[in-house]
Amino acid sequence: MKLGLDIGSTTIKCAVLDDNNKLIYSTYQRHYSQITEKIGEILSTVKNEVDGVENATVALSGSAGMGVAESCGIDFVQEVYATRVAANTFIPGTDVVIELGGEDAKILFLSGGLEVRMNGTCAGGTGAFIDQMATLLNVPLEELDELAKKHEKTYTIASRCGVFAKTDIQPLLNQGARKADIAESIFNAVVSQTVAGLAQGREIEGQVVYLGGPLTFMSELRNCFDKTLKTKGICPENSLYYVACGAALCSSKTIDFDEVIGKVKNYKGAGNFAFNPPLFENEEEYNKFIERHNKAYVETKELKGYKGRAYIGMDSGSTTVKAVVLSENCELLYSKYMQSKGNPVELIKSFLEEVYEINPELDIASSAVTGYGEDIIKNAFSVDYGIVETIAHFTAAKHFMPDVQFVIDIGGQDIKCFKIHNGTIDNLFLNEACSSGCGSFLQTFANALGYSIEDFANKGIFAKHPVDLGSRCTVFMNSSVKQAQKDGATIEDISAGLSLSVVKNALYKVIRATSPDELGRRVVVQGGTFLNNAVLRAFEQEMGVEVVRSNIAGLMGAYGAALYSMEKVKDRENSKSSIADKAYLDNFVHTIKVTNCGLCNNNCRLTINTFSGGKKFIAGNRCERPITKKAPKNDRNIFSYKLELLSQYKPVEGRRGTIGIPMGLNMYELLPFWWRFFTELGFKVVHSPYSNRKIYQKGQQTIPSDTVCFPAKLMHGHIKWLLDEGIENIFYPCMSYNFDEGLGDNHYNCPVVAYYPEVIKNNMKGIRDINFIMPYLGIHRPKDFPKKALESLQRYFPNLTLGEVKAASKAAYKEYENYFSKLRIRGDEIINEAEQNGREIIVLSGRPYHIDPEINHGIDKLISGFNVSVVSEDVVSARAPEFHTAVLNQWTYHARLYAAANYVSTRDDMQLVQLVSFGCGVDAITTDEVREILERNNKIYTQIKIDEITNLGAVKIRIRSLLSAIGRE
Amino acid sequence: MAELKYDKNGRLLFTKEMKDEGYTILAPSMAPIHFNIVRNVFVHSGYKVEFVDTAGPEIAQTGLKYVHNDTCYPALLVIGQLIHALQSGKYDVNKTALMITQTGGGCRASNYIFLLRKALKKAGFEQVPVISLSIGMEKNPGFHLTVPLIRRVLAGLVYGDVLMLLSNQTKPYEVNKGESMNLVNEWTKRLTDEFAKGDSYRPKEIEEYLDKICESFARIEVRKTPKVKVGVVGEIYVKYARLGNNDLEKFLADQDCEVNLPGIMGFALFKVDNRLEDIKLYGGSKAKFQVCSVLFNYLEKLEGMIIKYTKKYGFTPPGEYAHIKKLVKPVIGYGSKMGEGWLLTAEMLELAESGYENIVCAQPFGCLPNHINGKGAVRKIKELNPKANIVTIDYDPGAPKVNQENRIKLMLAVGKEELEKQNK
Repeated sequence: MKLGLDIGSTTIKCAVLDDNNKLIYSTYQRHYSQITEKIGEILSTVKNEVDGVENATVALSGSAGMGVAESCGIDFVQEVYATRVAANTFIPGTDVVIELGGEDAKILFLSGGLEVRMNGTCAGGTGAFIDQMATLLNVPLEELDELAKKHEKTYTIASRCGVFAKTDIQPLLNQGARKADIAESIFNAVVSQTVAGLAQGREIEGQVVYLGGPLTFMSELRNCFDKTLKTKGICPENSLYYVACGAALCSSKTIDFDEVIGKVKNYKGAGNFAFNPPLFENEEEYNKFIERHNKAYVETKELKGYKGRAYIGMDSGSTTVKAVVLSENCELLYSKYMQSKGNPVELIKSFLEEVYEINPELDIASSAVTGYGEDIIKNAFSVDYGIVETIAHFTAAKHFMPDVQFVIDIGGQDIKCFKIHNGTIDNLFLNEACSSGCGSFLQTFANALGYSIEDFANKGIFAKHPVDLGSRCTVFMNSSVKQAQKDGATIEDISAGLSLSVVKNALYKVIRATSPDELGRRVVVQGGTFLNNAVLRAFEQEMGVEVVRSNIAGLMGAYGAALYSMEKVKDRENSKSSIADKAYLDNFVHTIKVTNCGLCNNNCRLTINTFSGGKKFIAGNRCERPITKKAPKNDRNIFSYKLELLSQYKPVEGRRGTIGIPMGLNMYELLPFWWRFFTELGFKVVHSPYSNRKIYQKGQQTIPSDTVCFPAKLMHGHIKWLLDEGIENIFYPCMSYNFDEGLGDNHYNCPVVAYYPEVIKNNMKGIRDINFIMPYLGIHRPKDFPKKALESLQRYFPNLTLGEVKAASKAAYKEYENYFSKLRIRGDEIINEAEQNGREIIVLSGRPYHIDPEINHGIDKLISGFNVSVVSEDVVSARAPEFHTAVLNQWTYHARLYAAANYVSTRDDMQLVQLVSFGCGVDAITTDEVREILERNNKIYTQIKIDEITNLGAVKIRIRSLLSAIGRE
Repeated sequence: MAELKYDKNGRLLFTKEMKDEGYTILAPSMAPIHFNIVRNVFVHSGYKVEFVDTAGPEIAQTGLKYVHNDTCYPALLVIGQLIHALQSGKYDVNKTALMITQTGGGCRASNYIFLLRKALKKAGFEQVPVISLSIGMEKNPGFHLTVPLIRRVLAGLVYGDVLMLLSNQTKPYEVNKGESMNLVNEWTKRLTDEFAKGDSYRPKEIEEYLDKICESFARIEVRKTPKVKVGVVGEIYVKYARLGNNDLEKFLADQDCEVNLPGIMGFALFKVDNRLEDIKLYGGSKAKFQVCSVLFNYLEKLEGMIIKYTKKYGFTPPGEYAHIKKLVKPVIGYGSKMGEGWLLTAEMLELAESGYENIVCAQPFGCLPNHINGKGAVRKIKELNPKANIVTIDYDPGAPKVNQENRIKLMLAVGKEELEKQNK
């Protein structure tokens, strides 16, 4: 007899096999992080229920059981290895095993060269991810599967992590997309993450076996895998117990049950977890704290029978919808806090209906709406004003502290903070990918540990040793929490530790502050999360400053909107709000149609909302084109001009054959150079088109590193495109150095741009059938270049001569210069035109490849839609003289950023917005430096992080906040 | 406190007065054996260098506070460690300078020193000068990397490499536990004493010592039971520093493995060779080529000694630079020089070839060159050598040790199975 235990991240499984390896006993239980207790419990039960188990050999598997196993004298078996043993025993002939667990995703290739893969540092595509998504959709996990079966279409959703996916799903929900379609899309995201992230170029074929909780319980998820892999995988009986069975099969030692149960019960890990000082020294300190915070109080008044003028404010946020009715004296007449459940229109309608029900005579003077759902709500209900969230929050904060210097709002899924300088919003921080840690984060933990959020948070208040958990991804926090528990931390310590980590996340990751002086001493905190006293205290403690939190901290957006509508009203006596009245609500109809725009290559997915009376509202668009049916004007947007300019380098028939150039990374700038070079040499130069989703997917399976930046990942698709075209020569050189533009200390490319051809060579098999030409070339040394280029090209084209290459090189350098001068001339025109018409100029800065529409997601168009002119960093970088930076200025592209920031600082009519690709290591350095250059000169720094998929809602908030801060909105 | 002087760009200099006033120069430790030996080289030249070897979660916490959180993990740790040291009260912050290396390559690492200065400013230590330990980057009137000093440092690295290699090869098999480490400590003591006097760095002296050192290790009584042999490669800091890799060496030792960490000499050769390759690839000055060649040849000579004496006493010698360079040719081009560049790939190939097929490739989360030379090359390495059993591990402040160890255990389970097959 053999016994195996599998301690997963959320559950414990136990399996007993008889001597014929037949499963004779099994159990599956959630452990709520009470790992040791559960092990003891299960072992006791098994001992009572299975005869003869005392003589069984025992082994333990599962990451959460690692330390316990060792100290209790049970053999440990790595879980992937256990799976493999079980699969080989129970389903001989299995080629591939796909196993999804709580926090892990694994693929095992059993036949044709054993390979085992586990997800690395990013935990997307796992059970935890699916859990998070179900919470977001507000459906139980089981229902998610049922919903998905009813899907009609699928959307593209990033599955890298919950934060990313949320930013994709939320706008879809707000725009009225069907939950069934979203459920299916979530499953597809999981599939694509698993296949792309773990297969890494290896084909998944033959007999596929699905294991683990999510794949066992969700048949539609299996279907999605089947469809993508074009196979029919099996989910065997007992699929949940494979790891446990594998451990049993690997076991070789019997144990003394009572002794082990005893040891497990007394198990204390190393006992030394890092901790912080307690939040409160004693009860007295706590009482003082409560008393102080009770001062910021909004008075309430009965709505029923209220005769005065009323103001309505609504905040349609990402996960919650808040709405208030204020009296003319700013008292709260009515308020409502609702889970958005994906349909803000329905919620606001019911809110208004309730208000009219309670007070049918209500005299509404004005109204305003803010938040993600601003546009749709404003349209649906004819709200008087729509305002950007930051303005709403600022208006509210001012009400409690007129000289407020810093506002921080931590909501369910968002962190928003801004500084106030001279009465205007000066600097905005929003949380981004890989900086989760908001309210829902605490909620998730509370639930996982079996508590309500209120009880859980309160437990932390008097914790003696708040655990130091750092500040990173929620999923990894899970493992750290489990470790701390094993090391003896109490629930109280963990609760306080989590509150602290929320604060640290906000301070050090989102705001990047180190001392209160950077924030200012006058701070207002708000958002539902700050209603949690432990978080509030942790914030004050960490920053060493006393802050103001009102009793309506969770409603501040709506409150601010109402106040704003009050401020805006000119005639407080007689004004009449345009907001929907009861009659309108009675006949309210809302239909949704989803379609693709198709008017340009962004191909936005449009949600067309039609309201009563034929009123239409289109969401999901980046520009005005689907509404006006007119192409946006490109003459104020250098990004469009660059694309236009590059598309002029068309293939010219040549005597020497065809050269293919992948249109990615540095090619976005060097295409003119190489096009001219090879065209002069008699080659027909074909380049892949600008990126789109399809191109990305073509190469997705061959990406070896899931943490590399998206622009690099796209390169795989471009190479595949060229291969599919049957092009016999692909040219993609390695380049340590770029041109020296005299702006910095050196002129490197970043390692990824410099050497990505190596990755292509080593990971894309297709290139072996053609000439993949990837010499190391140095265009920075024009004198040496022809000779060196000839040396490396002669291998492929023996009849090239030095004379020819010299002439071609000369023309190439000239072409590159030409390209740049055309660019700068147009840039100057845009700037001049803007100057003449008093228009603001946004210097949208990044890298040359950020003009790729698939990379920038149409952000340039979105920005120019705000009636501003858009130029790029390379247009203005030449206008700035070389200057000294506080960092080593050694990359050509980045030197332009610093120069641009320096130049922008000299002009009142220019603002810099920096595009940053997620995963760009170099930008950890450039963003801080660009920010410092700008802030030194009292300019606002705006950063937009972009990745595979980007939430344009957040981008809009940033841009609108920026424009309103400089008084342009 | 000495008078604060700045260069034309406003960089605080390490002045002669500071040196004369006996400023303590704090530098982060990395490979403990090597750094212990090298310390006295600096002391001998009049620099009161101290390598900070603190550990614990507060180091990363301090780093997170003062450095951009997306910066690579080594920068975060090193800066966190130095600031933590300054804040500890153990040093007179008005008589302390800091020193870190600066390679000047196209990787983020060249910027550590600037990030450190930014962090010092944030933490209120603007009076603390930072010395760049580099060839031809920043200059300081009070600190000179002279040829004699360089030669002594190189000698220290040679001793360090040899001691590390020998103890790694004997420790897992020694009959009397602790004997190998005792020898390491003994030799470290002897060599540091020598360095304090300024001796034992000349090639002839090195040869004599290597002979004696190898001989002493050969005398350790061992029992050669087959063990899983694991090679470790990676970004240099994470590869060697226990602070950076959650004490990976100890973990592997506890798992009953024999560990092989390719030495620092290979990295030194690689960095000098890059300058030669640059000229070969893109053209450049002949004089510079000559100077670098002299240094390169000297390093190769030292490398030859390590190989000669480890071989002489029956140890597995380190892979010869020229050989591993040849190995990597079909996989990564010689122009890939940023960070550990092609050397990292080459080390994996060499390890797999010499019986250390089980490999941990350690890198900071999001390490740029390792997208190319680490993760990006694994597929090709396995194609060339199907036995290679490689796991790539990311390190950063948020990556829990449990998850890392679990992935390494998976690699080890496969390695163990292979070992059992061989011994059947």
